[in-house]
Amino acid sequence: MTTAEEHKSGGIGKDLVVYFCILALAGFQFVIAYQNIDASQMLVRMMIVAIVEAGLALLFFMHLWAENRGLLWFVVVFTVFVLLAMQYGWTDSFRLSGGVPWAK
Amino acid sequence: MSHADLTMGGPTAGLTAGPAFSVPAKKMAMWLFIIADTATFAACLVAYGFIRNATPNWPRPFHNITNVALMTLILVTSSLTMLLGIKAAKAGDKSGALRWTFITAAAGIIFALLHIREWMALIGEGMTLFQNPWGTGLFGSAFFSITGLHLTHVTAGVIALIVVGIRYQRGRYKADDLEILGLYWHFVDIVWMFVVPLVYLLNLTH
Repeated sequence: MTTAEEHKSGGIGKDLVVYFCILALAGFQFVIAYQNIDASQMLVRMMIVAIVEAGLALLFFMHLWAENRGLLWFVVVFTVFVLLAMQYGWTDSFRLSGGVPWAK
Repeated sequence: MSHADLTMGGPTAGLTAGPAFSVPAKKMAMWLFIIADTATFAACLVAYGFIRNATPNWPRPFHNITNVALMTLILVTSSLTMLLGIKAAKAGDKSGALRWTFITAAAGIIFALLHIREWMALIGEGMTLFQNPWGTGLFGSAFFSITGLHLTHVTAGVIALIVVGIRYQRGRYKADDLEILGLYWHFVDIVWMFVVPLVYLLNLTH
């Protein structure tokens, strides 16, 4: 039996705690949506909450925490690298919205 | 190359001995699919963010969060029922595993129906892929492509849950197969955690 399987054969107490944490965090995103704050601040707050939610689901619902540490690092490093690499185009997005000073 | 080379430390033994990260091949394949699919969704969401940021008259058509809140509750709860199904399967409780798997599939169907109802309401208000009454026409293409891609995943997941559930009951699949499908279902749930704030909550009418 692998480590992940040992983890799953236990009770559902921890899973219920994680479930309610994720629900609470999802609810918190809706609260943030009605806060009277700047859109960029709202985006940052919502993304932080979403990353925590996703982390909980990944580690405990998908049992990545109980898997081989090599798999955990493999998944996290590759995924984070791809996600960060996709951010290269934002400067162009801001150029489109604000224009570049030397273009005027 | 002899079998002895492979099993007793021959020149390429390290490449062939045992599964990667001690994870069974099917599960590893699912993890690789999930990493690739993460890139697909991330590309869609980053492209959406790119055009939303660069477009001044971006529409904010959502007045009511009840539907999306209900959809979120159903999808997160379906992840819990999926876990319960896998636990039952690991414990050898076939009927329990099948029951929870079908409850998960039913939750997926309800989620899809609520999603389609929301689409129909938006279409009824005049929103299409290329135009809408509120602002730039890019909104429709971004909204329908991102939520449509997610809905496709949910639909595929529901079909897979039913097929794997039935085959598990007939003895063709094992508890491990349900567990691998569970990884996919939780991934669909995780994607929704990012779609809700980016596509719905940031486009609420205040």
